[in-house]
Amino acid sequence: MSDFPWLLTMIAVPAVGGAVVAALPRGRDAQAKVVALAVSLVVLVLAVLATVAFDVGGERFQLATSVSWIPAFGVDFALGVDGIALVMLLLIGVLVPVVVVASWRDTGPGGRPMKAYFAWLLVLEAMMVGVFVATDVFLFYVFFEAMLVPMYFIIGSFGGPRRQYAAVKFFLYSLLGGLVMLASVIGLYVVSNSQLGEGTFAFDALRQLEIDPGVQKLLFLGFFIAFAIKAPLVPFHTWLPDSGAEAPIGGGVLLVGVLDKVGTFGFIRYCLPLFPDAARDFAPYVLVLAVLGIGYAALLAMGQSDLKRLVTYTSIAHFGFIALGVFAFTTEGGTGAVLYMVNHGISTGLLFLVVGMLIARGGSRQIGDYGGVATKAPLLAGVLLVAGLASLALPGTNSFVSEFLVLIGSFPTWPVATVLATVGIVLAALYVLLMVQRTMHGPARGLVLEKPGAFRDLGRRELVVVAPLIALVIGLGVYPQPLLALIDPAVAATMVDVGSDPAGTEPVTAEPTSEQGAD
Amino acid sequence: METVPATGLLAASWLLIALPLAGAAVLLLGGKRTDRWGHLLAIGTVVAAFVLAVASTVQLSGLTTKSVGVELFTFISTGQLDVTAGLLYDPLSAVFVLLITGVGALIHVYSVGYMAHDPARRRFFAYLNLFVAAMLLLVLGDSFVALYVGWEGVGLASYLLIAFWYQRPAAATAAKKAFVMNRVGDVGLALAVFVMFVQLGTTSYAGVLGSVGLLAGGTVTALGLLLLLGACGKSGQFPLQAWLPDAMEGPTPVSALIHAATMVTAGVYLIARSAPVFDASPTARTVVLVVGAITILIGAVAGCAFDDIKKVLAWSTVSQIGYMFLAVGLGPVGYVAAIAHLLTHGFFKAGLFLGAGSVMHGMGDQTDMRRFGGLAGRMKTTFVTFGLGYLALIGFPFLSGYWTKDAIIEAAFDRGGVSGYLLGGVAVLGAGLTAFYMTRLMLMTFAGRPRWEDGVHPHESPAVMTAPMVVLAVGSVAAGFLLVEVFPLADWLAPVFGAPEEATAHVVPPLAVSVLVTLVVAVGVLVAWLFVGRREVPVVAPERVSLPVRAARNALYADTVNETVFMRPGMWLTRALVYVDNRGVDGLVNGIGAGLGGSSSRLGRTQTGFVRSYALGMLGGAVLVAAALLAVAS
Repeated sequence: MSDFPWLLTMIAVPAVGGAVVAALPRGRDAQAKVVALAVSLVVLVLAVLATVAFDVGGERFQLATSVSWIPAFGVDFALGVDGIALVMLLLIGVLVPVVVVASWRDTGPGGRPMKAYFAWLLVLEAMMVGVFVATDVFLFYVFFEAMLVPMYFIIGSFGGPRRQYAAVKFFLYSLLGGLVMLASVIGLYVVSNSQLGEGTFAFDALRQLEIDPGVQKLLFLGFFIAFAIKAPLVPFHTWLPDSGAEAPIGGGVLLVGVLDKVGTFGFIRYCLPLFPDAARDFAPYVLVLAVLGIGYAALLAMGQSDLKRLVTYTSIAHFGFIALGVFAFTTEGGTGAVLYMVNHGISTGLLFLVVGMLIARGGSRQIGDYGGVATKAPLLAGVLLVAGLASLALPGTNSFVSEFLVLIGSFPTWPVATVLATVGIVLAALYVLLMVQRTMHGPARGLVLEKPGAFRDLGRRELVVVAPLIALVIGLGVYPQPLLALIDPAVAATMVDVGSDPAGTEPVTAEPTSEQGAD
Repeated sequence: METVPATGLLAASWLLIALPLAGAAVLLLGGKRTDRWGHLLAIGTVVAAFVLAVASTVQLSGLTTKSVGVELFTFISTGQLDVTAGLLYDPLSAVFVLLITGVGALIHVYSVGYMAHDPARRRFFAYLNLFVAAMLLLVLGDSFVALYVGWEGVGLASYLLIAFWYQRPAAATAAKKAFVMNRVGDVGLALAVFVMFVQLGTTSYAGVLGSVGLLAGGTVTALGLLLLLGACGKSGQFPLQAWLPDAMEGPTPVSALIHAATMVTAGVYLIARSAPVFDASPTARTVVLVVGAITILIGAVAGCAFDDIKKVLAWSTVSQIGYMFLAVGLGPVGYVAAIAHLLTHGFFKAGLFLGAGSVMHGMGDQTDMRRFGGLAGRMKTTFVTFGLGYLALIGFPFLSGYWTKDAIIEAAFDRGGVSGYLLGGVAVLGAGLTAFYMTRLMLMTFAGRPRWEDGVHPHESPAVMTAPMVVLAVGSVAAGFLLVEVFPLADWLAPVFGAPEEATAHVVPPLAVSVLVTLVVAVGVLVAWLFVGRREVPVVAPERVSLPVRAARNALYADTVNETVFMRPGMWLTRALVYVDNRGVDGLVNGIGAGLGGSSSRLGRTQTGFVRSYALGMLGGAVLVAAALLAVAS
């Protein structure tokens, strides 16, 4: 079964599906949806089967496929997954069908037909799969950039009133990051050429390189800046609230839930193993950004009057936790960070979706327009609360496990930063519960009074959307070990690359001086 | 302490948690279909858990090793961290399980009557079941992580139940306040868990508490103080006491179960469970003592000034838990005393709250005692059961409070030296104040002329409500005597805290303490009679009052401090940051963008062509950078 080209199929199926949807005659929106749902469900099944085929105790990269692509530059179309990439595939597999169903009744701005939207969703899925399974750095770069195109059109054509501004801003930021990364990718090629005799982009070869510390720093920064924009870390974050707020809900879920994870995935997949010395040198500065981001974004989330912007700011705070876990250089912290990526996709995806359901009823993104929604739609209020509790990492929800692991794994390396980050859990409680109280509690007021008929409780389709995510929030909160077992070996291998003892909590990197610098 | 694998019924301890949890799940997922019988299912699960708890405890008492472990599954395992989901059934957890399921079952029954007319009764019982499950996990977990999960689980249940009537802004705000202030404490508990893992590589009770000796003195103290922070949040102790009285916005059975008998005593459980940590750090223990002593007074003083019957009882709870903190702060001599007082307090305070609920039930949900008066004749059962709870609380000789509170006061004096007299003095003073405010409450509610609002027709509550009150009243009368003289709690808990020490030379003879406390209590009662009982109670609270009274009415300004120090500056900071982020950080970026690519509004209008040219520019730039790199590399 492991000979089957799982990964190639997982890229090809949605890509072809997207083309099929695009090729449907005008006015066939209904068929477009059905095809999109079918294709995305096939990808989910493929992701599950690939997981079954994956040998947890086996080699680092499995299910590999490699075809020579541009021989002149040693570029291969090389695919493969480790546990880290695999769990991201599962996340994509779950989220895309959910998003398709969630977008079922959406209408494009100005009555624009939705066919293209579903086509772009499938293309985006193909690109997202590609970016996580590429084991050739150049190929990774290609997917990294190509991913922008479908999202650009999803935001720019199907978003809110300021969609074009938001789409261009999204594109420019990402492109800027991509540009800097491309420079580093080429730089890596150059170094491999001089060290190995022939240039290569193969990840496995590149991580064996012994790169001069000065060059390492430059190359690290190229990757890091691209990922820090993508993730995003404060102060590279200002594009996300605009994009997230203007994106249609489905696009927003994939943007915050998956696309942004490419940044944090990049930290752990590329920044750490390829440039271990530079990663250690820069870690204190990254930590400052991470911890700053946790507090800053949480306070900003509290201060937002726009529901969707609020959700994006909570995400920025969460990305701070993920960065903290990655740059802790411990297996616990790294595993926690990867699990955090999955969990955040689920819980913030749920939050975004239910916020979207609220906005669909009221027709406004302003928190101040709502109040007492729970009196009309108790189920909706309950789901919002569950999503919010997952966002504030309540034990029993999936996010608790990842946040706990990130913090407990960072504590040995960066005690002061961890203490500061832990204080962030109070802020998380505040921004979540403030939002719940302002929109759901109290007597009905604002739009809830003005449009009494609009605030029906969740319908059957909406329940189908939220039910699987709620099941995952609680299921992974109680029994996260299956995912941890997948992630742990890959993170431990990364720790070996970076020179940390994968088994030890006492990381070799914890130099007291650099610790001071972080705080 | 050795732990043996569970056999027989004890191996099924997980059912204790699973039963109420399943009840909550059925009620929440079942929707309206379960409206008719949902509350019965909820009661059934808790009663079944109680029966199981009794049987398990009987089995435990027959074992030679009274510490039984149940391993369930691997919760988290990565790197060096290995957290097994497991339970620990030992004498300490057993008494808590009995208290939680026993009082929990009574309050479930009571709620059938109390919530009979509420359209959301099913949701109420679901949350109540959820609470019982989380609380049982808290006391049964075999590691600090399991405790933490239960700890925040009860916090969630508390939030849901305080905000049960979410349409009321005050309830929604109180719920949020409770959750957030608890989270402040939770930061301490979380950090304590991190310290344990980093220092000892484990978070299980067996691993941590058995190896406290390996830790440096400073680390142990830090650990103790972090745990204490968590305990203060959950138990409404200084400086995190302000949320508990506000929590009275929840339905009264919730106040009885969660905010009096069980959840708020979790802090005492945490400290008692972590006894080896506090035994190893005199500093941490001293801080516990100070916190307890301060809170005794804060609670008692505030309790004297409020007119809302539930708030007086809430401040009384704050104050009584202060006694328990004081006791655990005294060390080995105090642990048993603290748990004993926790148990008797669980009986009489739950009974008092249920009585208050019964009064409210008969008075159209009125809570203002200035609008009560003369209820003794109209609500006989409530009056008698409430009165017995009252006598037990103020320490009337030979009732429950007399045995357990006096034991704490004795132990405080026995500490010796100036601090012993100081702490003992505070505890005695607190007893006097307790007598004052509780007598005031009794007189305003049950004695005097009726001051009822128009249209209120006080009536006794139905039997489904009074029956649990009677059972708790019996407990209020007898529990203290039983726990001290008949089935000595000290012997039962000996496997956990060590054998009870032989009576050493007392600083103050116990009899003298008893007499002193009883006298002071009598003075408190008398003063209350002079100020409240002899005079007509004004329907509106007098406004021109002395400074101390005003301070007491404001609960010594804890909310004011929180608002000035944290909330308002936090709000300003948030507003400033939103401005900076929109204008500053984003403006800067947009400005640069505009400088490079023309006006930023043009960015919005131009579309794909623009993007394409940027893509080209990107490639060009990359080639340039690559060329530069090549030059450097070669």
